[in-house]
Amino acid sequence: MRDTPLSNCERRFLLKAIEEKKRLDGRETYDYRNIKISFGTDYGCCIVELGKTRVLCQVSCELVPPKDSRPTEGIMFFNLELSPMASPAFEPNRQSELSVTLNRQLERCLRNSKCIDTESLCVISGEKVWQIRVDVHVLNHDGNLMDAASIAAISALSHFRRPDVTIQGRDVTVFSPEERDPIPLSIYHMPICVSFAFFLEGSYLLVDPCEREERVKDGLLMIAMNKHREICSIQSSGGIMLLKDQVLRCSKIASVKVSEITELINKALENDRKIRKEGGKFGFAESMPKQRITTLKRDKAPVEMTDVEETASDIVNTTETTTEPVPSPVLVGMGTAQVGEGIVNSWGLDEEEEEDDEPQTEDTKTDEVMVISDSEEEEVVILNEVQKSKKTSKQK
Amino acid sequence: MDTIHACFKEKIGEVLLPGDVFSFSFPESGDGTIKTEKIICGPGLRRNGEEVKVCKSGILRHKQPNMYWIDSQQRRYVPAKGESVIGIVTTKAGDVFKVDVGGSEQASLSYLAFEGATKRNRPNVQVGDLVYGQFTIANKDMEPELVCIDSCGRANGMGVFGADGLLFKVSLGLVRRLLAPQSEIVKDLEKIFPFELVVGMNGRVWVKAKTVQQTLIVTNLLETCENMTSQQRQTLFKKVAAGFF
Repeated sequence: MRDTPLSNCERRFLLKAIEEKKRLDGRETYDYRNIKISFGTDYGCCIVELGKTRVLCQVSCELVPPKDSRPTEGIMFFNLELSPMASPAFEPNRQSELSVTLNRQLERCLRNSKCIDTESLCVISGEKVWQIRVDVHVLNHDGNLMDAASIAAISALSHFRRPDVTIQGRDVTVFSPEERDPIPLSIYHMPICVSFAFFLEGSYLLVDPCEREERVKDGLLMIAMNKHREICSIQSSGGIMLLKDQVLRCSKIASVKVSEITELINKALENDRKIRKEGGKFGFAESMPKQRITTLKRDKAPVEMTDVEETASDIVNTTETTTEPVPSPVLVGMGTAQVGEGIVNSWGLDEEEEEDDEPQTEDTKTDEVMVISDSEEEEVVILNEVQKSKKTSKQK
Repeated sequence: MDTIHACFKEKIGEVLLPGDVFSFSFPESGDGTIKTEKIICGPGLRRNGEEVKVCKSGILRHKQPNMYWIDSQQRRYVPAKGESVIGIVTTKAGDVFKVDVGGSEQASLSYLAFEGATKRNRPNVQVGDLVYGQFTIANKDMEPELVCIDSCGRANGMGVFGADGLLFKVSLGLVRRLLAPQSEIVKDLEKIFPFELVVGMNGRVWVKAKTVQQTLIVTNLLETCENMTSQQRQTLFKKVAAGFF
């Protein structure tokens, strides 16, 4: 499906509004939209809502042999998917430019910044290490996917718990979560991306552009930073010329925003930890707000009841009587009974097999073992305490 | 005479679901005459032999003398003949413009379907412009066609528009409420400040007010009054009007 094209009047209006420092939803130039972080029931599953943009991140782990060049380090694997659910412009199974850009930026932000201690992921050097896999899915695209993806990824990594392992010589025992509590990953710092969109040849900038603002932008500057004011990565795209003081100003704004967002993430993690410890309900179902449209008062809807009794009695009178009652159970052996005899095999047996059946049944005495089933596939054997079991195999 | 009308009248104003059936049993009248009743089934109702079936969920409405339809809510537009919509021109292809109307296919708009257009005198339409037009052909088997003139050849308000102002999308139910002859929403909005408004049946609305700020206010008000009762809407508008002056 194609996305709706942007009309000229929308473009002109948006640029005019930006010149007057007005945004479509009434935000200020440096304001972020409402950020909401919620965690699922599994460790490592996180949904981030940045206004209407929604991103889901899932972290999982696996024991694999390490890379030859780095035998003592674990492996981190990042993947970002743009699902067609997010926007009609995304086509399935097509590596669009946007998806490549987002993937590269996510990798640079999280891998090159060394925010996760990969040495602690090593189990047996050179043989087994943990591979941590971070999958980010975009559920709805309303602008600024990179920020939402980076927040989701770092929250999910902080939330994730990997299974506990013990090593005895060369044997590795992996404990399930019931046997031993899983351990969190060791995270040094939380790098978060902040996006700045530039308009009208770099003279105006906006933080956290929404989808329509993104369509009319000239260029984009993405700064990944942590709360200790360390810049993890900077990327400028769109080919606009940025002045030195513009970039410095952006990094100052980014540091303020990053500290706010980091606090939000930590609060969300703390809440989740508290609820899990107290044994309360956690997970996505609890974090969805109950939007109250279903509790509006309505007038009672009248239900057609006029001829319910007549139709019911009609049905009762006109139905046939039930089939013959079920036969009472037949006690076959100690602890085994049989109700009914089952239907005769209607698949067309050969004559030879039928002959085989008959001598069998004649031989059985009440004390001995009885084979009930005629089925070709399985042997049904009833063991008596006193007698030895006699297996007859009719496998063909 | 009223068997059919009586069947419908019971359910006017009630919520019906797809699959509900109105079946009519005609009693034998004494003198052997059969009275014919004419009923117009609007959107959401479909005749199936001797019965009328409901195919969309919504509330049954009635308009005198004999029109019934289901008032349902959706956001995706399906082109229908005779409806006026706002379209965005995407390409020029030969003698025809391709216009995006929000449906599954782009509609085609001929160069000559404008007032005063001839082969020599082409209309001034660029890619990305907004056009307000009516469907002449709109069914599921063919590509829809738009025109910007009425049957007499006059523009009658249609054509290219919107040099300034903002275009946004709302649900189809809100659009029908705005286009109703005595629309309360439009009347309430007028009291705040003057503005120009173009409403397309495909859910697209174009607004222009004196300043950018006022245009943004009208846009946000229209987007939020989708799910409000009239009382909530009036209190909200009063608050905005008070805060403005």
